[in-house]
Amino acid sequence: MEIGTDSVIKLHNISKSFGTVQANKDVSFELNKGEILALLGENGSGKTTLMNMLSGIYYPDSGAIYAGGTEVIIRSPKDSFDLGIGMIHQHFKLVDVLTAAENIILGLKGSAFINRKRLAKEIREISEKYGFSLDPNKKIYDMSVSEKQKVEIVKVLYRGADVLILDEPTAVLTPQEADILFDMLRKMKEDGKAIIIITHKLNEVLSLSDRVCILRKGELVGELQTKDATIQSLTEGMVGRAVNLEIMRDSGALGDERINVSDLTCLNEDGLKALDAVSFGLRAGEILGVAGIAGSGQKELCESLTGLYPIESGSIKFIEDGHTSELTGFSPTEIAKKGVHLAFVPEDRLGMGLVAGLDMVENIMLKSYHNDRGFLIDRKKPKETAEKLIKSLEIVTPGVSTPVRRLSGGNVQKVLLGREIDSKPSVLIVAYPVRGLDINSSYTIYNLLNDERKEGVAVLFVGEDLDVLLELCDRIMVLCSGRISGIVDAKTATKEELGLLMTEQ
Amino acid sequence: MEDEKVTEKENVTIAGHDEYKEHHEPLVRMVKRDTVSRERAIAVRAAAIVSALVVGGILILFMGHNPIFVYGDMVNGSLGSALVLRETARMAIPLLITGMGIALAFKMRFWNIGAEGQIIAGATAASYFALFHHQNMPSPVLLMVMFAAAVVAGGIWGMIPAVFKAKWNTNETLFTLMLNYIALEGIRYLQYGPWRDPGMMGFPVISMFNISARLPRVFGVHVGWIIALVLVALVYIYMKKSKQGYEITVVGESIQTARYAGINVKLVFLRTMFISGAIAGITGFVTVAGANFTISEGVTGGVGFTAITVAWLAKLNPAAMIAISVFLAILQKGSGTIQTIYNIPESAAQLLIGLILFFMLGCEFFLNFKLVFKNSKKEVTE
Repeated sequence: MEIGTDSVIKLHNISKSFGTVQANKDVSFELNKGEILALLGENGSGKTTLMNMLSGIYYPDSGAIYAGGTEVIIRSPKDSFDLGIGMIHQHFKLVDVLTAAENIILGLKGSAFINRKRLAKEIREISEKYGFSLDPNKKIYDMSVSEKQKVEIVKVLYRGADVLILDEPTAVLTPQEADILFDMLRKMKEDGKAIIIITHKLNEVLSLSDRVCILRKGELVGELQTKDATIQSLTEGMVGRAVNLEIMRDSGALGDERINVSDLTCLNEDGLKALDAVSFGLRAGEILGVAGIAGSGQKELCESLTGLYPIESGSIKFIEDGHTSELTGFSPTEIAKKGVHLAFVPEDRLGMGLVAGLDMVENIMLKSYHNDRGFLIDRKKPKETAEKLIKSLEIVTPGVSTPVRRLSGGNVQKVLLGREIDSKPSVLIVAYPVRGLDINSSYTIYNLLNDERKEGVAVLFVGEDLDVLLELCDRIMVLCSGRISGIVDAKTATKEELGLLMTEQ
Repeated sequence: MEDEKVTEKENVTIAGHDEYKEHHEPLVRMVKRDTVSRERAIAVRAAAIVSALVVGGILILFMGHNPIFVYGDMVNGSLGSALVLRETARMAIPLLITGMGIALAFKMRFWNIGAEGQIIAGATAASYFALFHHQNMPSPVLLMVMFAAAVVAGGIWGMIPAVFKAKWNTNETLFTLMLNYIALEGIRYLQYGPWRDPGMMGFPVISMFNISARLPRVFGVHVGWIIALVLVALVYIYMKKSKQGYEITVVGESIQTARYAGINVKLVFLRTMFISGAIAGITGFVTVAGANFTISEGVTGGVGFTAITVAWLAKLNPAAMIAISVFLAILQKGSGTIQTIYNIPESAAQLLIGLILFFMLGCEFFLNFKLVFKNSKKEVTE
């Protein structure tokens, strides 16, 4: 095979399996200097595994890796650093109590003493070079997600990386933060760095990358120039068949107000207002979208509605069939005892909505087991429910007794959403339901939410993708620093309008 | 200038690669296993025991004895006759009961290392009635009262750290450990002070229980073994089939999820630790009423700590704990026998036990991972 002069990294027939699962099979591609390569694929298609072999976390079963034309062996992350490869993982690997500068030099050889002034200067130089700012002396725990990501990036640049691998870098960023990141990456590319970005967000691929490699079920199924690609062609490559990318907005007649929130105020751990005099109504048969920069009070809103977060002042009322119940200040169990059917799909699926180590049956009964009569638990009914959900939602799992942690992200979400919908709620609250999900699963989720709306359920949808919010919701409420900065009609509103409301002072 | 910079940079990279050539394919690397077949698991565990015996055998050789005879006498000394068999069973009982108490707490990820203290609390409460109220009631009633007192005292001793954890989120590991010392000093105080038997000519001991405060025997072993087996069944059902057992699992896996599901997490902490301590208290009861017929500062015999090994090796499964506790009892009884026969020091016998446990715990690694050696790629791609 001819190796181009610009080739920095070349993979040749790389295979890797875990037990009986073939994560990668005979994958070959090249990465050139000064290019951004997008590695595209659905969840579980082997993108991260492949990159982990470049960064020394896994070792390939077979195949060869070339760097600058020579075959190399990467046994450990250190070997990978030596080759100038730096990976920025999806979950940051930073020490919270240390500063940015301390994290950046962590694990590097050097003199016993740190020349903090010089280090700070070097860090500033790197960040200025690529057009962003980073305070070297700020502690990690004081940082926002995007600042932490910048620390990770500077960390690998400081070590002299020429090849950067970013694993789903925008999954945790707002649209604005993502744009800033992309500008940085473009500057690095101009500087001659080679960049691989793992993602399944197609618009990012189109706007940022030069070339796309598509993985499906561990195999490389397509390699093309970005300028020749369209959203439709990329989706088909990923999924293996044509997918309908339209979201149906089946708005029927709106029902009466089902949830009434007035002047709701909640405090965060520091005693500051996480929610500030929030008032809105949620009607039966509507999807009310909630938009906002991460940490604007979305989590507190969802959790205070469901009785999980202490309320400082204000009230939450539930109205059904002309009967009003007060929800303010009651625990989830007490709310359920009032006959109020609230369903909640929290943002942290495996840490809050489900028990990762338990199987599907045991997760299905999480919210219903206390209704069982007597001392012992009834597994028959939840087992039937689990089997029903596997069929109706096409959940891919070896069986009902497999721990849910072993399922892929999309299937985990289907278990969680399926359980909540199966409880026949009158109010459904979902937080970031498609985060980390591939296209197919995302559309399944949108359709499920649409079905609930048709059933007359009042749906509160906390989302991050403004395009989706605009297509799916009836109204969109924008949160900004704990306050409602506007509630708009989704049929007429624009993305720019929402963006302005999100950052309104 | 611009060109020069580029070449310089490339030189650096190439130099990096030159240095790089020295890296060879790793000789051995670890690969996580997906699942392990039953046969394989048994084979690995058997290999671990054989390796432990071989290494232990070398140790015995160094001490100048024939390993085969020594091992033979260990088995003989713990299982060889009805007499020693009973003795072994007697040693297994407290390990089994305490192991179950610990398993309940561990299932909740509540690191209760305070079983020692909970055993002492239960034993002390039972002894109080045995020593001072035996004349007031018939034997069956007395034994019931002693049992109940041990359950309550052990339960309260176990619940104290849970109260503090629920209210102020204190660290339960340190807390339960410290409570061990408080309980130990408490029983010492009683032994050297108020409960000291004046008839023992100055020896600081507590007098023997009245005959009515002693547990009856079945097949030559005190009924503690029946209590233990009944508890195995009860704890198994409680952990696997009951709503409360389910709550313990959920709280152990994720407190956040438990709150989300409407589980009263604090209540589960208190309730579970009461039961955990109460079961350890039962150990105290059967030890004083079934085996020792008195109480002393050495009442636990370290059972509270050894039982952690039992719970862990059994993966918190009550049924598996029967086998593990019997196995540990065989080791302990057997090591006692070889100490007397071969004059092997106690420390060496303990070392032997330690070796066997080391291999048994260590083999778990080989159940979860496999090692792939250089040039054996074929095995992997199969």
